[in-house]
Amino acid sequence: MPKLQSAAELEKFRAELLAKRSSTKPCIAVCAGAACDGLDSAAVAAAFKAAAAPLGDKLEVRTTGCHGYCEKGPNVVVTPGDICYFEVSPADVPDVIEATLKGEVVERLVYKDPKTGVKAVHMQEVPFYKHQTRLLIGDNPKIDPMKIDDYLAVGGYAALVKALSTMSPEQVLDEVKKANLRGRGGGGFPAGMKWETTRNAPEKTKYVIVNGHEGESAAFMDRAMLTGNPHKILEGLIIGAYAIGAQKGFMYTRHDMPLLEKHVRNALAQAAEYGLLGKNILGSGFDFECELHFDVGIFVSGESSALMRSIEGNVPEPRPKYIRTSVSGIWDKPSNLNNVETWANVPQIISKGADWFTSIGSEKSKGTKLVSLSGHVVNSGIVEVPMGTPLRTLVHDIGGGVRDGKTLKAIHFGGAMGGSIPAELIDAPLDFDGMSKLGAPIGAGGLLLMDEDTDMVEVSRYLMDFLTKESCGKCVPCREGMKQMLQILTRITEGQGKAGDIERLQELIEVTGVASLCALGKTSGDPLKSMFRYFKPEYEARIAVGSDAK
Amino acid sequence: MTEIVLTIDDRQVKAEAGMTVLQAAQKAGIYIPTLCHHEQLEAYGGCRLCMVEVESRGWTSYVVSCLYPVAKDIIVRTRSEKVDRIRKVLVEELMAHAPDAPELVKLAEEYGADRNRFEKEASFCVLCGLCVRYCDEVKKKNAVSFFDNGSVRQIKFVPEVAKNECWDCQECFALCPTSYAQAAYLLTEALAFPGQRKIASRVAKKAAKPRMVIPIMAVPMTGQNSH
Repeated sequence: MPKLQSAAELEKFRAELLAKRSSTKPCIAVCAGAACDGLDSAAVAAAFKAAAAPLGDKLEVRTTGCHGYCEKGPNVVVTPGDICYFEVSPADVPDVIEATLKGEVVERLVYKDPKTGVKAVHMQEVPFYKHQTRLLIGDNPKIDPMKIDDYLAVGGYAALVKALSTMSPEQVLDEVKKANLRGRGGGGFPAGMKWETTRNAPEKTKYVIVNGHEGESAAFMDRAMLTGNPHKILEGLIIGAYAIGAQKGFMYTRHDMPLLEKHVRNALAQAAEYGLLGKNILGSGFDFECELHFDVGIFVSGESSALMRSIEGNVPEPRPKYIRTSVSGIWDKPSNLNNVETWANVPQIISKGADWFTSIGSEKSKGTKLVSLSGHVVNSGIVEVPMGTPLRTLVHDIGGGVRDGKTLKAIHFGGAMGGSIPAELIDAPLDFDGMSKLGAPIGAGGLLLMDEDTDMVEVSRYLMDFLTKESCGKCVPCREGMKQMLQILTRITEGQGKAGDIERLQELIEVTGVASLCALGKTSGDPLKSMFRYFKPEYEARIAVGSDAK
Repeated sequence: MTEIVLTIDDRQVKAEAGMTVLQAAQKAGIYIPTLCHHEQLEAYGGCRLCMVEVESRGWTSYVVSCLYPVAKDIIVRTRSEKVDRIRKVLVEELMAHAPDAPELVKLAEEYGADRNRFEKEASFCVLCGLCVRYCDEVKKKNAVSFFDNGSVRQIKFVPEVAKNECWDCQECFALCPTSYAQAAYLLTEALAFPGQRKIASRVAKKAAKPRMVIPIMAVPMTGQNSH
């Protein structure tokens, strides 16, 4: 493949590509996302490929990234028509191929409502999908993540073309600011403002970073995006670099996901081959390169300053930052870091405009949000809904409610540094500020359902145990404060609670929260805070048991 | 050099741009407690004892003074109810590990910390990192290092390096607020290269004699072989 020298060349290449592809030719997309892979979707894909080989050009089989409905994997989607087959095994392959060639449907593999028995054949009819707005993850079933041409076929890199050929960096920045795109990594800080800070920093050398560390427990959507559609994130990054004036980017992700690594490496190589990375991208005069970088297997390396130290080659310990990393980050150069999902939003903002983007979502949180649904839910998986969607929609309409016919007790958001709210608040909208006020900030978007049997003391003990192990140990309040909180919580769960434990915990939450060096320590007490806000009687009862025993 | 005027504990204090609040306070003779701070070392921000209250443009925040840069017109309070409470809890947390460390005993008195507040776990080390950072930044030897993370973090001497470097240095011992650095070194010596010092001095004495061929020093591989 010769390098594409201009925007026109890319569009010509895309037109040729689409001309070669027939929209009526059946395509069987087999999900190879993490959950389906665990259910041996590789065997399903292999069986489809073997069965399709003798059919020549009549049928295409595609291995794709995560479709979202993890609960019912291995997932298979047949186009045209987006026919969804669930829990497909290699034994089902001949039937699916036969039906697909005849334009029929294999009834026994389609969705059946567990209560009513009503079947749903097409994706837009399946309850799990029908209440979603899949702007980001919707392309996953259409793309083989190893093929840049698949991304180009769904309109990929058109936003980059638009930015480079028709917009100045300032215009790109203004569009993102106008879209009020807020960081999806947890803080919800406006991305455009962050970009502007880095852009305006006096140093000439600037960096842009994709934070794909995703250490938050119960969050798995960044992994699905980065593995399933790496070019979307890369496109967002290149556009961001253009707006900011950065010459180099880093994709920082986990060392323990071989498929993700393979796909991202391949994406970077293909983008360079096509001339979308490197010198003079599409003849615009803009140079940009991107490097893949891995963590060393510790939670705190997802914290922005620790992450930057890690890229420098140092131990990933948080750096005390009274100077923002957007002004002084990697090697003291201005460094703009955004989460995977934030970058993934950039291409569509440029393509469709800030007005379109702000038409989706709630008043102060725009666009859609990817949510990882897990815990005691019927349908676990990755879900994408407009900001402002009531949690009820997520839990009941999409999630199918609580598993095993039990009742909902709590909804937990934001992983080990998030919070739990009681079931009564289920009509609260999914919104950065609203959820923060309730004490369960969205965080990166891990939503965990807890049923009536959940022991809320054990939940906070478990989360504290996780954080205690993941603390780097540099600063006293985080290292020692969490250890003390864990000891007290462990005692309570063992029926050894003492009078005054809640006050002791509250003092430790306060000091750890104020005095810790980085966000890990500062927010380590947040789950417990939400527990004392909504579930205090449960703690008091457990402590009383311990006090009585003495 | 730009001069910056700020307020620390109701006093107008002059500082230079680039200074930290701690440096400005020390220059003005205002005391702020520290444990992990050392003039020769890069500010670390680990012990958090030097935390102060800063009021800037109507906003109050709590920052560690060893890292917070001075700025025009900020108001710093080195003590307040909340600052004192933070320091008290931090000292109590550390006293679970080193209840008799003189610096901690003094701080406990000042801030009303209860040495028995938390269950004792006498590891003696408070992980201030002075030994580790001094060996790295000043001596450039890295004979002592942090191992593990979180609440199980500890310092350890690296035997292969310590064997050659530490006997003639030992400068970190005096920096240690709990004497643990010395204990850790002696433990390493006893386990990894016992008697090395004696052999070394014997070799040195023999080497000093005229017409003596310098023997190739036997390196003991295990404890049993060393005597």
